[in-house]
Amino acid sequence: MKRAFKIIDHTADVGIIAYGTNTKELFSNAALALFSLITEPESIEEKLSRDLEVVSENRDSLLIEWLNELIYLFDAEHILFSRFDIENLSYNQLKATCYGESFDPLRHRIKTGVKAATYHILKVDKDGSGYKAQVIFDV
Amino acid sequence: MPRWQGQLIKIDDYHWQISQSYKSGMRVPGLIYATQEMLESISEEQTPEQVANVAFLPGIVKFSLAMPDIHWGYGFPIGGVAAMSVKDGVISPGGVGYDINCGVRLLRTNLHEAEVRPKINQLVKELFANVPSGLGSEGKIKVSRKEMEQLMIKGARWAVEHGLGFQEDLDVTEEGGCVKGADPGKISDKAIKRGMPQAGTLGSGNHFLEIQMVKEIFEPYIASVMGINEIGQILVLIHTGSRGFGHQVCTDHLRVMEEAVLKYGIKLPDRQLACAPIESQEGKDYLAAMACAANYAWNNRQCITHWARESFSKVFGKSAEELGMRQIYDVTHNIAKMEEHIVDGQKMKVCVHRKGATRAFPPGHKDIPQCYKEIGQPVLIPGDMGRCSFVAVGTEKTMEESFGSTCHGAGRVLSRSAARRSLKGKDVVRELESRGITVKAGDIPSLAEEASQAYKDVTEVMDVVHQAGISKKVAMAVPVGVIKG
Repeated sequence: MKRAFKIIDHTADVGIIAYGTNTKELFSNAALALFSLITEPESIEEKLSRDLEVVSENRDSLLIEWLNELIYLFDAEHILFSRFDIENLSYNQLKATCYGESFDPLRHRIKTGVKAATYHILKVDKDGSGYKAQVIFDV
Repeated sequence: MPRWQGQLIKIDDYHWQISQSYKSGMRVPGLIYATQEMLESISEEQTPEQVANVAFLPGIVKFSLAMPDIHWGYGFPIGGVAAMSVKDGVISPGGVGYDINCGVRLLRTNLHEAEVRPKINQLVKELFANVPSGLGSEGKIKVSRKEMEQLMIKGARWAVEHGLGFQEDLDVTEEGGCVKGADPGKISDKAIKRGMPQAGTLGSGNHFLEIQMVKEIFEPYIASVMGINEIGQILVLIHTGSRGFGHQVCTDHLRVMEEAVLKYGIKLPDRQLACAPIESQEGKDYLAAMACAANYAWNNRQCITHWARESFSKVFGKSAEELGMRQIYDVTHNIAKMEEHIVDGQKMKVCVHRKGATRAFPPGHKDIPQCYKEIGQPVLIPGDMGRCSFVAVGTEKTMEESFGSTCHGAGRVLSRSAARRSLKGKDVVRELESRGITVKAGDIPSLAEEASQAYKDVTEVMDVVHQAGISKKVAMAVPVGVIKG
């Protein structure tokens, strides 16, 4: 299997390229990439879950809003997630259960304060081997 | 990232133009303040393309401007300035940025380096403990939802009314620390939930609190009006913004603007430039929300000012008044402001977007405090934690040329991950220590991202704006102690 994601360089901020054989996997890997920017994902235990529903205009903005929803939950409620079970995904709607735990300063090292997912050079492509999404985050 | 291949026309050593014919759809030419040498690095990314893209925005007048510290941003370059006619122009949240009213505040003291050096460890420790900073940090002030609304409306005044600071601080804060027109009704529940626990916090990333000492004074009289009197004098510089609150406001309104672009049939080369007519409902809503975030940020810097004074008092056993800890000025470098400027010989009301750019009004301008009428508005230009920062003032030429705007800082040259790859946080701390700079940070490995090597030399940036005449260099200070989130 191809790797789930990679981190890319951007002068002022940070970016990711997420991969997936289908769009559910793509969205899930993009979320995983986000939390790997914030902390070490291995340090996140599955102690709680959250059901999320995101609605948007199209697939690209759905991806951004999905990531922004997760950023919001971290920033406002201090929840870190490490697993994303995407149950429904259409071109403009997503339903998922996310697993993780509350931020614990003793066990979680915060690497980067990610503040927003942006539309800047946003790219979602499909080729023979699957999907690929590039997202830049404001930090 | 491919190198930018367009053509820059040399006007003089510090002014470079992108012709309006560079791209069909540009309404005005682009103008970049830089040296030939700087242009090399500016063109390594697509930054000049972003300067050209901003020129597409409806209602833009004169130029799409870029300061010498420009680097690649979202839609707008960071270091970009654009003025839109209020009558038929647009407002773009991307032209303000995510961190609405990110800015800097400078305090003076009567202390001298010789008094501070022996106590620097204690002082840095005290400040680090007393000023809430870092990721996930919660404020010392607990605001209820109702108070949060008051805070959004009042800005820095909210803190002063709660005993955090002096009335005089407000007099020397841009806009008096409060943009009018703030309407909490335009703020989402999410933004409020992100904002409440972070009120009065420094944050992380490139935000900091620095203890500095004056190293050079270029304009002794102007400096003395600000209370900067001698080499070795200790200053305190605070750099922070509107935290998660401002980001959520920007995120929320970018979404609204995306739809507005279709509704009003605005053609844009980049979707991060999403905008709406200033006079439209979407435009007015954003401005009312932006004002809330700007005020939130001013309240932040006001609270931090108070705790910084408290920490100094504790360490030196004297009151803030006895220590002469007066505020010199507070500037915002991410904002859109309604201002009057001369365009084609006519007075015009414009909305000036400053994204990573500082207002720099000249002597005598009606919007600067009485105490600075004679010298012009103080401009605060922070550098990275290993080099230096500048104090400057606005000039007449700033008004004529750049809508009363100048640069805002150093600007990055290395990406965060490249900095982490090539530097270790621990080594950065050691190197700074060896040069007499004491650092305390929430996360040491992250310090690598903020090392000097990751930034342009602010001295070069300052020289360009000084030589171009859009601000006058007054004093330079170097860090002695640094607090990072």
